[in-house]
Amino acid sequence: MAGLEDLYREIILDHYRSPRNRGELEVPPATVAEGFNPLCGDEIRVFLQVDGAVISDVRIGGQGCSISQSSASMMSTAVLGKSIDEARDVLRQFKEMMSIHEHGLGGSDDAESGTAERPGSSGLGDLEALRGVVKFPVRIKCATLGWNTLDQALTNSGDGPNP
Amino acid sequence: MSTVSTLDIAALKAKFPLLQREVHGHPIVYLDSGATSQKPQSVLDAMDRYYAEINANVHRGAYHIAERSTTAMEDARTALAHFLGAPSADEVVFTKNATEAVNLVAHSWGRTNLTESDAVLLTMLEHHANIVPWQQLAAERGVEVRWIPVDDDGRLDLTDLDALLDGVRLLAVTAASNVTGALPPVRHLADAAHAVGARVLVDASQWIPHQPTDVSAWDADFVVVTGHKMCGPTGIGALWGRRELLDAMPPFMGGGSMIQNVTLDGFTPADVPTRFEAGTQPIAEIVGWHAAIDFLGDVGMEAVAAHERSLTAYALRTLTERFGDDLVIHGPPTVDERGGTLSLAYRDIHPHDLSQVLDQHGVCVRAGHHCAKPLMKVLGVNATARASLYLYNDETDVDTLADALADAGDFFAF
Repeated sequence: MAGLEDLYREIILDHYRSPRNRGELEVPPATVAEGFNPLCGDEIRVFLQVDGAVISDVRIGGQGCSISQSSASMMSTAVLGKSIDEARDVLRQFKEMMSIHEHGLGGSDDAESGTAERPGSSGLGDLEALRGVVKFPVRIKCATLGWNTLDQALTNSGDGPNP
Repeated sequence: MSTVSTLDIAALKAKFPLLQREVHGHPIVYLDSGATSQKPQSVLDAMDRYYAEINANVHRGAYHIAERSTTAMEDARTALAHFLGAPSADEVVFTKNATEAVNLVAHSWGRTNLTESDAVLLTMLEHHANIVPWQQLAAERGVEVRWIPVDDDGRLDLTDLDALLDGVRLLAVTAASNVTGALPPVRHLADAAHAVGARVLVDASQWIPHQPTDVSAWDADFVVVTGHKMCGPTGIGALWGRRELLDAMPPFMGGGSMIQNVTLDGFTPADVPTRFEAGTQPIAEIVGWHAAIDFLGDVGMEAVAAHERSLTAYALRTLTERFGDDLVIHGPPTVDERGGTLSLAYRDIHPHDLSQVLDQHGVCVRAGHHCAKPLMKVLGVNATARASLYLYNDETDVDTLADALADAGDFFAF
């Protein structure tokens, strides 16, 4: 059975308690995107400063549940200093991890916790802690809110739509 | 008439199969009846029996089971009319839900009677179902939408009612808030609206499951209800309207059943209520709803109301004593002014996180904005965790909720 500890890993609670890169950037030169979860009213703002092809600064605003806010905080540390292409790559990997279809949940309570060992799932580092969210399908939208907003912010910053 | 002392909640609970199950190793504590109620076995049996024994389309074939099916549907209409205190079953129109019923009035009555010089008066307690159809009408026809404000305790502030009613053609108000449990003074509002020639629509979705309903006592012009919050199945609701108003309204949707005649040149609509029931109705759901009405009738709505009043008082007292200032219960503070819908804010734990921890105890509450975003803005929150009590809940359920809240407090203590 998926328990609370699968969802609320310590590192997630740490990012919720002490969100990283919290704040705003001046727009322009930075770009901003806003994301909403219309079901629960959670909101995330992602400010991006892109210099050359590198994300030189990122700030997160908004409010919501521990999963949406910690996931956005963890996202900010994952993409800060990365190139646009690298950020896109992390974004793609994260959304792949959040896809319940790939995990074949099917409502079974015995979804193995060893999915972290799957090939190709090793590039996410701390973000792996959010893998447990897929056992709680209603919360996937919480975990991906910041990332979808990052997607929009990258697009706004002029890198073109996600291929 | 039953009284609270005669209502055996354990026996009532035993009639609901879903309430016998466990969740995460705990007996389920279902506190989300404001979203949808659970269904007694008699409702499930009635729907099964319908399909197994008399399934046939209604108002068509002259064969035995088609007549039985037609009778079952019309008996349900009569039973619902009685339950609503409606003068005639012909004034009861089946719809998919209360939302469709509001849309029916907005499209049919609204588009016939309202122009850009008119205003519709809503309250800030309304569910989106009683907001958006009027906003759509406003966007299409330039009708003005006005709002009765809400005070800090989530009850209507009627200070400026007379000014707000000036030029209003329709007042649309909920009989019970799905967020704060507040119970607006429907009759008082109806009298004030009628005094300026306005019509009154009452959204009784959160009222009819919990209290005796009498559309005549409200002196309403339209009342919308839904079946699934009152022990009935999903997918069935109704509009009650005054006969003379319904008679003057054009059809909402066109199709089979709703006509008297169709030629190459056009159609003649049927009389009410058939005029508003285009296409095959959800007959099994109508039959199931009838069983739910009978179930509630057997329990007695006075007894349901008395039980919930006493249980709500227990919940308000228990939660306040146990959690003090750590817990905010939105809405009016006493049971005189509210029903058993408790929107909670506990410390600064987000409602989603709160409901997640509660779920581990088998406690089902709803987290979110409850389709009432204008009200959430007044309350100064984006979301709440909502526990809504019903006839099958008891003090043990409230105690389990309190224990689960305490556990959530420990889990998120930082």
